[in-house]
This record gives sequence, C-alpha cells and structure tokens, in this order.
Amino acid sequence: MSVLIDKFDVFAGGFWLTLQICVLAAIGALILGAVVAVLRISPVPPLRALGTGYVNVFRNMPLTVVMFFAAFGLPALGSNADFLRIPGLDAIFTRLGTDLPYFRFALVALVLYTAAFVCEALRSGVNAVPAGQAEAARSLGLTFGQNLRYVVLPQSWKASVVPLGSVIIAMIKNSALIGFFGVVGDLSATADQLTSAEGYAFVPVAIGISIGYLIMTVPLGALLDRIEKRQAVAR
Amino acid sequence: MTTGEPLIVLDSVNKWFGPLHVLDDVSLSVGKGEVVVVIGPSGSGKSTLCRTINRLEPINSGTITFDGQPLPAEGKALAKLRSEVGMVFQSFNLFAHKTILDNVTLGPIKVRKEKPAAARERALALLDRVGIANQADKFPAQLSGGQQQRAAIARALAMQPKAMLFDEPTSALDPEMVGEVLEVMTSLARDGMTMVVVTHEMGFARHAANRVIFMADGQLVEDAPPAEFFGNPRSERAKDFLSKILTH
Repeated sequence: MSVLIDKFDVFAGGFWLTLQICVLAAIGALILGAVVAVLRISPVPPLRALGTGYVNVFRNMPLTVVMFFAAFGLPALGSNADFLRIPGLDAIFTRLGTDLPYFRFALVALVLYTAAFVCEALRSGVNAVPAGQAEAARSLGLTFGQNLRYVVLPQSWKASVVPLGSVIIAMIKNSALIGFFGVVGDLSATADQLTSAEGYAFVPVAIGISIGYLIMTVPLGALLDRIEKRQAVAR
Repeated sequence: MTTGEPLIVLDSVNKWFGPLHVLDDVSLSVGKGEVVVVIGPSGSGKSTLCRTINRLEPINSGTITFDGQPLPAEGKALAKLRSEVGMVFQSFNLFAHKTILDNVTLGPIKVRKEKPAAARERALALLDRVGIANQADKFPAQLSGGQQQRAAIARALAMQPKAMLFDEPTSALDPEMVGEVLEVMTSLARDGMTMVVVTHEMGFARHAANRVIFMADGQLVEDAPPAEFFGNPRSERAKDFLSKILTH
C-alpha cells in the first residue's frame, strides 16, 4: 500500500485533472441541458422536435461512441475545439488552453452526453408543477418565457435537484473514460501509468483511485440527501 | 347595464377531444356588461366553452371574436388578449411560491410593465375589496379555499380586464365558503363587469345573471333570461336537469 504515500503526487494530480473536467462539464451540461429542456417544452413544434431529437440521440448513444466522435470527428471536420479556449477560464483550467486538444474533445463529449440527461431531469421537475399554475400564468397574459421564469421554474427546481445531482454523480464516474481518448493524467489514467509503466500492484492503486472518486461523489450525494430532507420537512 | 354591443362572439364553434364532440356547433354572443351563466350536466362542454374564450382550449372549427378581433394564434398577440380577459379557475391556481400580494401584482408588473409601487397599491385596494387585505403577506396554502378564490378574483381584476371568465369558481369550496365568493361575484356583476360564469349555483344564476345558457352533450340547448329559464324551461333536457337539482 506504500504506493498511496510514495505516489501521492500522482494521485493528487489525477484527482485535480478529473475535478477540473468534471466542474467544466457540469457547468456546460447544466447550461446546454437547460437550453434543450426549454426547447422540449416550448410551444413551437419545430423547436420541440429539435429538443426531442437531441435527447434521443445523446441519451441513447454509448458515451464511448460520443467520445469517439469528439476525438476523431472534430479533427476530421478541421476543429480542435478551440472555441473552448475561453480567455480567463483557461488560466484556471490550464488544460483548456494547451495545444493538445484531447482535454477539450473529452469535455465536448461529456457535455453533449450529459446535457441530454440534465434536460430530462429538469423536465421531470417542470412536469411536477401542477398544470394549473402555468394555465393561470397564461391566462394573465404572461408569455412563454415569463411563465417559465416567474411561475414554473421557481417551483420546478425542488423536484429537479435530486435527479440532477444523480446525473452529475454519474457524469463524474463517466469521466473515467477520458483517459482512453487521449487525455493524459486524469484519475483513471494514473492507474495505467502506475501499474503498466511503473509496475505497482493493481489493487492498492485501484483503492487509491476509488478514494479519489469517492471524495468527489460522496459529499455530493450527502448534499442531495440534505436537500431532500429539508424539502420533506417543508412539505 | 348591458349596452347590447357584443364583446364575445362565438360562431359555429366545434371542438373534439379525440372522438368526443365536446362543442357541437356552438354560437353565442355576450354583450358588454352582460352576465351570462352557463349551466348543464357534467360533461356537457360548459367548462370547455369557457376555456375556449381565452384560447386555453383551441377549437377545431368556427370563429371566436373578442372585442371585434378574432382570437390570435399562440404568441404575443394572444398573450395580450389573455391579459384583457380575467379567468378564475375551479382550483384557484394561485401561484404557490408567491404571497397573495405578489400573486396579484405579478401580471400588472410583468405584463403591463406597471411600477411596482403603483401595482402594489392597486393590489391592496383590490384585496380590500374582496375582503382579504389582512392576508396579503401570506402564502396561498395558508388561506382557506374561500379566501384563496377571492384572492384569485383579485389577481384577475388587477389586470383591469374587459371581461371575466369563471370556470366553476365555487365547486371546490366547502359549503360555508361558497357565499363569500358569490358575494364578490355578485358585486362585480352589479358594477357592470362582463362575465361568463360556469356554475352549479342556481341562486346566483337567478339573481345575478342577465341570461342563462343551458348546455347538454356539447350543444347549446337553451338561452333565456333566468326567470324564463327557471320558470318555464322549453326543452326536455332542461326540465329533466332542473327537476334533478331543484327537488332537494
């Protein structure tokens, strides 16, 4: 088990990289997922079809395939995902700005895939708001956007927050795939590095990696439980 | 009170829910200041009729005009029309996450872009008018059904509508609270508000309505002043309906 102490810096580095991509992907997926959710509940049929199409594609495709498309499809289209080199943001998340594009490709794939699930979690919350609330808002002359903003969404987030948290936890675990798509040095990839290249026994290394993921996911789960309890009291 | 000038006109309106013909060639004209009470057995289409007037239910054929304008399709123009037609629901539908005062001021502030202070002042006056000014800072769930429905009426009135639609406003209330809501509605009628009221309250129909509409199976069967309708119904369906509700 000495590998946990001897190679602490390697584990810590992997943890930090995984945390970076998860924070970025969570933000991206929440924004994109919200946009897709608005499309799916909009009164305009073509927009609804667009939202439904998005969810059908990305919810039903394996993440590995989405990653393949990002890692091989984007370069084939001549893109290095440079639109993600956002000034300021790339100073904190340094991998965003490097010339090696794989971190950005992996981020694109995680965001596209997770957004479909975020959309459905948000929509389940919207569906939990009684139809009469939106009807009353419409009868007052509120537009679709005002209806969402002032009446429906403030009531829907309570029902959305727990499923949303589960989606984000799943996303953190899904991020373990990125090492296979060219991203060097995330938490999972450290296993390969330490066992194959440096000859450490697998089980202690795997324990170290598991601890890394649990540090991210367990507090998130505990937070969700707290929110749920508080809601139960309020009800 | 009535000027005779039509405000709401339905012409040969048809609507289906799947195979069910809920509105069967309904034509109806409601004049400015007129109070029309719609009665009939459940499933007769009276609630649907009420909800088509502000297009909460779209229709399959026929035309509906409000204040001379045909009902617009979904969008800004429809939102504007809805802001001019107040609606009161059976289940109140007050915004559960907002105080009573915020319920009443939301429309004026967001739709009419009124100044919050002015909207608030008018909202308080309206809440006072419906007798619940002291409940302004509470949430809907803290009020009784009768108080909630009166708040919902104040919310609709805050938009200064040209007409008010009531979709069974007292059907979800405990019996002892029906009176307080009907009282508010009666005073509105007396002040000259144009009203379409779907209800089972025959007392209200008798003393507050200018006309009573009787519906059955999606059709408009009778259209008469209340004294005539209750004293001398012409159709068998209406006689049958009245005998069932007036005998006990």
